[in-house]
Parts: sequence; structure tokens; C-alpha cells
Amino acid sequence: MAEANQMLDLTRQGQVESEYEEINEILKKKFNYREGFETRTQVETFEKGINEEVVRAISAKKNEPEWMLEFRLKAFRHWEKMREPHWAKAKYEPLDYQDYSYYSAPECGSCGGACSTEEGGEPEIDPEVAKAFAELGVPIAGDDANVAVDAIFDSISVSTTKREELAKYGIIFCSFSEAVQDHPELVQKYLGTVVPYHDNYFAALNSAVASDGTFVYIPENVRCPIDLSTYFRINEAKTGQFERTILIAEKGSYVSYLEGCSAPVRDTYQLHAAVVEVIVHEDAEVKYSTVQNWYPGDEDCEGGILNFVTKRGICEGKNSKLSWTQAETGSAITWKYPSCILKGDNSIGEFYSVALTNRRQQADTGTKMIHIGKNTRSTIISKGLSAGKSDNTYRGEVKIMPSAEGARNFTQCDSMLIGDQCGAHTFPYIEVENSTAQIEHEATTSRIGEDQLFYCQQRGISEQDAISMIVNGFCKEVFSELPLEFAQEAEELLAISLEGSVG
Amino acid sequence: MLLKVENLQAEIEEKQILKGLNLEVKPGEVHAIMGPNGAGKSTLASVLAGREDYEVTGGEVEFNGEDLLDLDPEERARKGLFLAFQYPVEIPGVSNKLFMQTAVNAMREERGLAPLDMFDFDEYAKEKIELLDMRADLLERSVNVGFSGGEKKRNDIFQMALLEPKLCIMDETDSGLDIDALRQVANGVNALRSDERSFIVVTHYQRLLDYIKPDHVHVLYDGRIIKSGGFELALELEENGYDEIVQQYKNA
Repeated sequence: MAEANQMLDLTRQGQVESEYEEINEILKKKFNYREGFETRTQVETFEKGINEEVVRAISAKKNEPEWMLEFRLKAFRHWEKMREPHWAKAKYEPLDYQDYSYYSAPECGSCGGACSTEEGGEPEIDPEVAKAFAELGVPIAGDDANVAVDAIFDSISVSTTKREELAKYGIIFCSFSEAVQDHPELVQKYLGTVVPYHDNYFAALNSAVASDGTFVYIPENVRCPIDLSTYFRINEAKTGQFERTILIAEKGSYVSYLEGCSAPVRDTYQLHAAVVEVIVHEDAEVKYSTVQNWYPGDEDCEGGILNFVTKRGICEGKNSKLSWTQAETGSAITWKYPSCILKGDNSIGEFYSVALTNRRQQADTGTKMIHIGKNTRSTIISKGLSAGKSDNTYRGEVKIMPSAEGARNFTQCDSMLIGDQCGAHTFPYIEVENSTAQIEHEATTSRIGEDQLFYCQQRGISEQDAISMIVNGFCKEVFSELPLEFAQEAEELLAISLEGSVG
Repeated sequence: MLLKVENLQAEIEEKQILKGLNLEVKPGEVHAIMGPNGAGKSTLASVLAGREDYEVTGGEVEFNGEDLLDLDPEERARKGLFLAFQYPVEIPGVSNKLFMQTAVNAMREERGLAPLDMFDFDEYAKEKIELLDMRADLLERSVNVGFSGGEKKRNDIFQMALLEPKLCIMDETDSGLDIDALRQVANGVNALRSDERSFIVVTHYQRLLDYIKPDHVHVLYDGRIIKSGGFELALELEENGYDEIVQQYKNA
């Protein structure tokens, strides 16, 4: 705080008084990251560095079949030839990939992490890890009636609840590693079909060193009775998390899937490069919701998570529907474009996003809607909030292929600036190759102004309450798409993430 | 005495606007502050409400026995000072209901009362909507978004009714209103007049005062009150304009 005061005095002396002085002052206040605690437990962590041996060792650690190792090696060899992309509107030094560890897992006694594949039922969860999830409010004991949870701690899945119950419906809900063992035919059929290993730099890296993730399979005509959810936790320092999630919805099925994430406070960047593949068959519907609250780093966003994620789904069959809803509040840098390939006729893709950046956070996020089938429809609602000295970018592509007769898209990108030192950017790319398509694009930029704040204050409402009221009003359209508990969590998160700006 | 302004001086961007203003308002009184453009009328309203753009360079303001200038804008509001804005601000996405429930509960907290829940608030608000003859969907709409000029001003009066302030400052509430809207706003204000509640009506024209009869009329010029009187002063201004009074003041 002393530093902040000093800065304040300097500004006063310099007589630099901007209209937003007061907002900026509030923005300097200490930021509060509630999930920043660290868990101390026995862990097995690989030496830092990446090479073919490491890839083989990860595969061996997980007892993987030959085809999986082949997939990894192919990806790794390809990755080695690729260059780290820097086209996003985010500045960072090229990463030293040899300075990260690519496998870390809490040890559970004698069997050293490989126990999940051993016979004899459920492995015990490390009590420290269980405590961490309890503190995060993640119901890993299966005592929450409305949700089944896969809890992932660093490189491995530590617990998946309600599996038996779901199995009655034929639903498979397990960690990715288990799926490789228990459902190899399904994994082989779909792995890399939506996001090929050579898709991009981080997808290639993920394909090579994929740690764990969630596997979901909903059989034909089954409506998943509860929400499925994955909670990702990065604990070890200097560790990358590379989860691979595959979600398959067979003909006529429905599932709502949620994911949440957090990490302890660290002073060096942590890398998170995930790949998510969603396959939606005829008449099926998938709702995929994310509340992303990775550690954003210190005042200058040093030590935060680099969140480089490839999420893509294909609406394979006709009348299928895929909705992405995300509330992005964390990470030092976010690079993420959950996309829909609308292949089936009449299929629907949706993207609802709230991205909040504060301090020096940088977010470059948006979506791609690729219309292939006839009468395909897509909706994009993006709300970007920038505070502090952050940069918030919407980057989206709407592509109408020649075959997409009668395709429609509606896009709305709204940006809100809080203070006068942040940036909001919008890059919409639209490519239309069929003249029957209808495309609408709306964009607005607004600023929480001193006028609005004074109006609220004059009605007795404090500045903090005024800001969170205005911000929540701005995000309402997107939050209403989130499942109920998640919407509440997102609202709270927003309030906490704005604590730096709200006091 | 509800409000006592003594030798108030204020500036904006290093330009002196108020140059020693005196004003006393007793509970239940209605004061009109009139004056030509640039006299400092809106500055007075803003300074009393605590707008940060203005710097008070001298003088004292006592509100209900407390040093008003020492309080934050929201504290002034909570203690019963209300400003009806010349340009009420739009807040997209925030419903009037949420906005006013938050405001009302902030006031209630200050007065040591329990907060109103959604249902209690609805009932309370409905009363006031009927009193002021407002549209029933008012609460569901975003604060001032898509409102006509008249609706915005009436929404301010509605807020005034909900917050039950001790002192209402109306900053050129009549500007931009046609005669019907003006009458509606005035009716609202009259419905809220009481023995305890005081008003400071800041206006350029006399016409608002035909509807809201003031007890005292003050002419503000060059940052000072140069003449005070009863309602007849407003009529005199209507007839002769400001020039004569200003000339007299300059000669004196």
C-alpha cells in the first residue's frame, strides 16, 4: 500500500488530474485472489524440460497403449518444427519450454499415482488434496445432488463422483487417462478429429504431453440427469497443465457440462494449454460452460497463468446444437476461441462470453463459427470488460461456406471500459461465400463514467456498489445463459476480480 | 435551520464561479434561485451535492447542524440531501428497481432501519408510483435508458419520493420540458411538499414557479446572490428580465 500512496502523491504534485483519477486510484488497491493458497503434499514431479524421453515417460507413467504413445510422438515431432505464435494482441516474452515440468501428481502412498489403474476399487484421495478441493467448494465426495464432478489436480484426475449412478444411463464420465484404458475404441475414434494434433502450436504441445482431462460420453437419446463438471487445479510451481477433454453427445442426447479452474499464487508464469473436443451428433445438444479464474499474477501480472486453450466442437449431425458460455476473469494472458463447426443441416452454434481484465491482464478471446450445413445458425454475444491497465480483445470469425444455404449469424460485441488506462479491441472477421446468408454484427463501447458514478452516489449508493451494479447489468445477457449456481459464482467472481478496481 | 450557506466560494478548472454566496433555508421552505446563464446556478447545486469537479475555496455550509462540505457525496445523500439532475444519467442494464432498492436501503441503513426485501420494496414503490401517476412498468426499465426528456425528470422526482429527503435541490428541472411535462413534474413536487421538507428550485425561467410557488426568490449573478424577495420578485424578473436588477447591482 505504501507504494500506491507514493504514486498518489506524485500524481498530486505533478498536478496530473484526469477525469478518471478517482477510478484509477481505486484500481490501484490490492487485489484479492481468494483461491491463491498452496497445497503441500507429497508429489511426484518430473524434472523440468521436454524431449522425446519425457513424452515417452508420461505415456509410460499412465500405462498407455501403443497407439496413444504414437499420437503423442507424432504431435511432439510436429510441435518441434512449429513456432510459438505471437499474433494475439498480448505481449509476452517467448517461453522457455525447457523450464517447465510436464508431469506432476500427488502421490497416494505406495503405488505412486498409478493406482487408479489397479484393481480393488476407488483409490484413496490424498487428504491434503481433498482439503484443497473442500476449500475451493468443489464437492469431490459426491455429496452434491445436482452435479457430478471430475477433480483434476495438476496432471491427474483425483476423483470422479457419481460414476455408478451415471453408468446406469450408459453415460461415461471419467478422466481422460481412464478412458484411454477402459474405452480405447471411443478415444481412438474421436481423439484429434476436431482439433488435429497439428492444428496450432499449443494444440500440438498438448497432444504431445496431455496430462489428464475429462472424458464424457452420452449415449443415444439419453438426457444427462445432472450437470457434469470438471474442476482444474494447478498446484505445483513451474508446472504446465495440459488437459485433454473429449465430450461426445450421441444422437438425440443432451448434456450440460461445466468447468472451473484456479491456481495458487506464484511468482513465475504457469502454463495451461488445454484442448477440448466436442462432438455433437444429430438432434443432440451440448451446453458447455466455463468459469475461468486462473491466478492472474501480481500487480503487473507476473506469475499468472498463461491460458492458451483450443476449444472446438463440431455439430456433426443435423439439428444439433452446441453452446459455449464462458466467464473469463483470471489468467495473466488468455488466448482462447471456443468454436463451432456447423456441419449438420439446421445445426446451431452459440457463444456467450464475459471476459474481464484488470491490472495488466491481457485477454484475446472470441469464437469461430464455421457454417457448412444448410440453414445453420449462430449467435455470438461477447461482453468485454477492461479495468486497470489491461487489454481486452474480442477476435471472432464467422465463415459461411458455399454449401451453407440460408445460414444466419448474429453477432454482438460490447466493450466496457472502467477507468482510462485500459484498452478494448474488436476484430471481427466475416467471410461469406454464399449469397443467401444473413449476417448481422453489432458492436458498442461504453465507459463507466464519473457521471454515472456520481448519479449513483447522489442516491446514496457507494462507488463500489455502483460499479458492481453497472458491471453486472452489462453482463446480464451472458450470465443468464450460465447454469444457476455458476451464474452466481460468476457474479461473485466478477465482484472479487473487480475488488482491485472496486476497493 | 436546515441549510446555512455562508460566504461560499468555489471554482472549477481554476475559474472562480461562486464568489461568496449566502443562503439560509428553514424546514418546509421553498427557495427559488434564479439568474442569467453563467451566474453559477448549477455550480451551487453541484457543490452542495458534492460533485468532485468543483473545488470549494472558501466559506462554510451547515446541513442540519453538520459540516456538509466534510461529507462524501453518498453521505450527503444518505443524510437527506437530494439533487434532481439537469441531465439525469442513463445506466444501461441496471433496472430502476435494483437501482432504487439499493438506494432506499442505503438510506434506511443510515436511519437505523432494516432493509426492505424485494416484496416490501415493490409495495413501497407501488405506492409512490400511484402518488405520482407514473407508468406501471417504470421499475422494470433500465435507469433512464430510452426515456424521453420528460420521463427522465419525472423519474428523478419518483426517486425523490422514494428516498424522502429533507432537502431537494432541483437543478434546472424545467429545462427541455414542454408545458405538459412541466406540469407533471411540478405536480409531483407539490405532492411531496411538507412542513419538514425544503426545496431549492434552481431555474432560469419563471414559468416553473407558476406551478411550484416559492416562499423566497433569490437572484444569483456573478457568483453571489444580489437580490432576495418573495414571489413578486419572480414576477418582476419575468416582466423586466435580469438586466435591470443586474444594472442596479453594478451601480451600487
